[in-house]
Amino acid sequence: MSNNEFKKTTDNEQIKSFDDEQEKVLPASAVEPSTEAGDLFIANEAEDRVSVASNWTLVWWRFRKNKLAVVSVVILLFLAVVVLVPDFFATGDPEKTEAQLAFIPPQHIRFSFQQGRLRTWVPSVTGARDPVTLRMVWQIDETQPIYIDFFGRGRPYRILGLIETNIHLISTVNSEDLYKLHLLGTDRLGRDQWSRLVYATRVSMTIGMASVIISIILGLILGGISGYYGGLADNVIQRLIELLQSLPVIPIWLALTAALPRTWSPEQVFFAITIILALRGWTTLAREVRGRFLSLREEDFIMAAELIGCSRARTIFVHMIPTFTSHIIATSTLAIPIIIVTETSLSFLGLGLRPPAISWGVMLQEAQNIQALALAPWLLIPGVLVIISVMVFNLAGDGMRDAADPYGH
Amino acid sequence: MDVKAKNVLEQRVYANADIFEGRMNAPLLKVEDLRAYFFMDEGIVRAVDGVSFDVQPGKVVGIVGESGCGKSVTMKAILRILEPSARIVSGKVFLRTRINSQNQQGDEELLDLTKLKPNSKRLRQIRGAEIALIPQEPMAAFSPVHTVGNQIIETIRLHQDVSKDKARQIAVEAFRAVGISMPEQRIDAYSWELSGGLRQRAIIAMALSCNPRLLIADEPTTAIDVTTQAQILNLLRNLQKERQTSIIFITHDLGVIAQMADEVVVMYLGMVMEKGEVNAIFKNPQHPYTQALLKSIPSIQSASRIKLPTIKGSIAHPFNRPKGCPFHPRCNRFMRGICDIDIPNFVNISETHVVGCFLHSKKTLLPTADK
Amino acid sequence: MVGCAVFMQQTQERTAKMLRYILQRILIIPLLLVLFSIIVFALIQAPPGDFLTSYIATLAASGSSLDVTEIEMLERQFGLDQPVHIQYIRWMGNLLVGNLGLSLEFRRPNADLIMERLAPTLLLAFFAFVFTWIVAVPIGIYSALRRNSFLDYVFTVLNYSGVAIPNFMLALILMWLAFVYLGMGVTGLFSREFELAPWSIAKFIDMLGRIWLPMIILGVAGTARLTRILRSNLLDELNKPYMISGRARGLSEWQLVMKYPVRLAINPLVSTIGWYLPELFSGSLIVATVMNLQNIGPLLLRALINQDMYLSGAILMIYCLLAIIGTLISDLLLIWLDPRIRLEKSLT
Repeated sequence: MSNNEFKKTTDNEQIKSFDDEQEKVLPASAVEPSTEAGDLFIANEAEDRVSVASNWTLVWWRFRKNKLAVVSVVILLFLAVVVLVPDFFATGDPEKTEAQLAFIPPQHIRFSFQQGRLRTWVPSVTGARDPVTLRMVWQIDETQPIYIDFFGRGRPYRILGLIETNIHLISTVNSEDLYKLHLLGTDRLGRDQWSRLVYATRVSMTIGMASVIISIILGLILGGISGYYGGLADNVIQRLIELLQSLPVIPIWLALTAALPRTWSPEQVFFAITIILALRGWTTLAREVRGRFLSLREEDFIMAAELIGCSRARTIFVHMIPTFTSHIIATSTLAIPIIIVTETSLSFLGLGLRPPAISWGVMLQEAQNIQALALAPWLLIPGVLVIISVMVFNLAGDGMRDAADPYGH
Repeated sequence: MDVKAKNVLEQRVYANADIFEGRMNAPLLKVEDLRAYFFMDEGIVRAVDGVSFDVQPGKVVGIVGESGCGKSVTMKAILRILEPSARIVSGKVFLRTRINSQNQQGDEELLDLTKLKPNSKRLRQIRGAEIALIPQEPMAAFSPVHTVGNQIIETIRLHQDVSKDKARQIAVEAFRAVGISMPEQRIDAYSWELSGGLRQRAIIAMALSCNPRLLIADEPTTAIDVTTQAQILNLLRNLQKERQTSIIFITHDLGVIAQMADEVVVMYLGMVMEKGEVNAIFKNPQHPYTQALLKSIPSIQSASRIKLPTIKGSIAHPFNRPKGCPFHPRCNRFMRGICDIDIPNFVNISETHVVGCFLHSKKTLLPTADK
Repeated sequence: MVGCAVFMQQTQERTAKMLRYILQRILIIPLLLVLFSIIVFALIQAPPGDFLTSYIATLAASGSSLDVTEIEMLERQFGLDQPVHIQYIRWMGNLLVGNLGLSLEFRRPNADLIMERLAPTLLLAFFAFVFTWIVAVPIGIYSALRRNSFLDYVFTVLNYSGVAIPNFMLALILMWLAFVYLGMGVTGLFSREFELAPWSIAKFIDMLGRIWLPMIILGVAGTARLTRILRSNLLDELNKPYMISGRARGLSEWQLVMKYPVRLAINPLVSTIGWYLPELFSGSLIVATVMNLQNIGPLLLRALINQDMYLSGAILMIYCLLAIIGTLISDLLLIWLDPRIRLEKSLT
């Protein structure tokens, strides 16, 4: 009712019409004039840049803002280098035992100026047997320095099994001194902790990553089948997932690893543990993948892809999966530290990797005894590395997740 | 009057208190040059930048404007429920409020709401009992895990000294008054169990349950279909006439404004473009923006197959506000060298009609805050 | 008044649905247990070699040995000369009547061994659980309300650390510190005099004095995670429209927060109980081993290492049962707390 009145009155007004294209009064600000097609957005350069950036670029920009996450990724890259070329970082032989050199404390690196040059050195230790406790007591002897060379020569090794070299990050100037260098001390059997730590890092991180990769593959495949095909396959897989998820985790893992024959070689055990750890991890991912597939199936762009003749495989791999790859990466990064901690715990208890394999957990086994720990607190250092790696993975994973999906989890 | 006998400290709070002394038509709410800004990492957003209007007792004031023009922020600023990143930078909000909100004939006092602390007891007494809000989305306004009755009773007991049973009775009555059938059962329903129209009525019931003198309705008809919309508007109009409540009606729908409002305030980018009595605005719009808005209403009467008039351009980016009159980049009466330099002064077209545009005033307003 | 009738009918339907759902969950338990028992049995049979002979050999080597009569009794009860599936049925049958078998290492009935340690296990998990909630809820609420304040920052750092430190590391570090600086050897849940004594108030109090350290160690990781979840859920809720409407009605910030968002944020938290309870039991295993507590965890470890078959089988079944109960409790709690799930969940 009122509308009619308005129309009449406004028509009678002597107002210039907006549609009057002759009256193109350009606004003062330097922007694109709006076209005849109507009121489209007045874009400026910054908005343009954003609109043509690909999804991954946007994710990267958002990720960059999170300083903690970026630092974490840098640390992770460093650890990756350690994993790839552990020999470069190690100083000695991780397996060499010498009972007489047991429980040498860590040697601190010192700097001093001698003859006008900056030299790095480490004080050597001399041992004497305490007549009362019959234990070796180590004294720091600063008069006998062991000179350190960065990027010096040491034991020969092969980078990635291919290139032969003998350059190490830290090495001694005199090669005879090499066996006396114990940057992190020694353990009960006189083994050099620093070198062992380097190799342990490789093993522990590799188990974490390998396990998660297997989980991803299993999760993608089974979750995908479940979500895409539905029906009986879906039902069976869902029940299986529910069953696996209701199992109490650690007891079952313990039982599984205890069931591994004692006669297996360390490599076989390593392989088996990787798979065992992956057996529970795939369920969470499978559930999520299934959920995504179920909702994606209804999406118009999937129907469009099928209508233009894409094969099933192509639809799945080229159209569906890329919509949540960033999510997969983020959740996997967050899953790795769980596996690392689990393997460490299992090995610590004696039911994971076994000597002569070296992992953080195996090294920490030496710290089980409180008395021994009181004597040699440096035996806990592998645990510090566990904590650092977990934190770093968590921070990086959180950063990735926030960058990929800032509005929700 | 008892107002004078009040605490001297409070007296200092009332600037211009004498303006209202003895005037028959003293406004219930007077917003004076209100400015509320958002302080964010990327910059300052001047969401409300110098808004003034009055609300007379028993009248409906319609605030109209595009999305993003600051209508909701104005409402939140009046109630002092702004987000933590926003602040009232300057301006005053005078409210003529009953000292004991349940005593209809009791004494009044005049408060400047901007001077009170947001979480203060006095302000909390005012919220709900003197000024009530009908929020935008009825579904989202109720908590999903409590019954609607629970929340209404909570409000009632907050402002009135009654027992639980009495409160429940009041709530049931309120439901009945807004036309909800089976009110005793509906009281115990969850909000998601009610249909859209029922929910909207429930919200209105909750708002009216403590007899406020001022209702703020924030886009109450946006989330519902047209038939229900007509019912709700009818309901509001009847209730308003019965109880002589003032309403501030915030919407972008000019048709609704025409039906409901006695006075209209047209906002754009946080500033008032034009305000006045509803007939004056609709019959004789003076500001180019108002004219454009009116022209863009589709009508059954208009000739078919003509292009629907629109306002060219779009609202400026909040961090990138144009200098001078905020509307000038989209104005078809833009005058270079005038409109992009200063902000226009308000000019009286008539006693009840005011416009801020350089077409009517050669003088400019005092320098803006950002100079 | 069609609306009337429809409304009434809907209420009736809802209650029926809810009851049906609860019944479903409870009936599924025996089925799950059977499935789990098959898995457990397969696991304890898995170590190669004939269990009994290799076991006797090990025992002979370490100097103890079994009676011939004991061996015969075992063979009879568990059908060790029969094929595998018969053995399984025998074992299940025995379990159901409470015969958990004999421990070959301790030479005592498994049931006794387990009962001695069941109470401390449950108590430790219970205390850790309560501790977690008592600490996490206030910190979570505070962190959400005073976001980015100094304390919030401190708590965030603590949270990340808490999640990162494996609980056995924490145990080791704290035990080491206690040993070196306080001269304490903190082991065991009971002092010497109470260790083998039957339960009494005095024993309980003694245990309380020693359980606080394992309780904290066990609870730290869970507390950290719970705090983070609560904080982020609350932050999501704090600016929802019903909060705005609540403020506009005159509720104080404190009343508002306690009544609404906390209630809503607690829901996802309750659903975490489903996996948290089983995880507490699992985690207690490691902590109890490190700290030498009298729980069934260290017992399981020993049984597994020594291939004490029926002991490990029995304890594994107990863990499975605890896990199932934990999930059930969480489901029921969730249904009670969130009417949306109670009334709207598609119950298939």
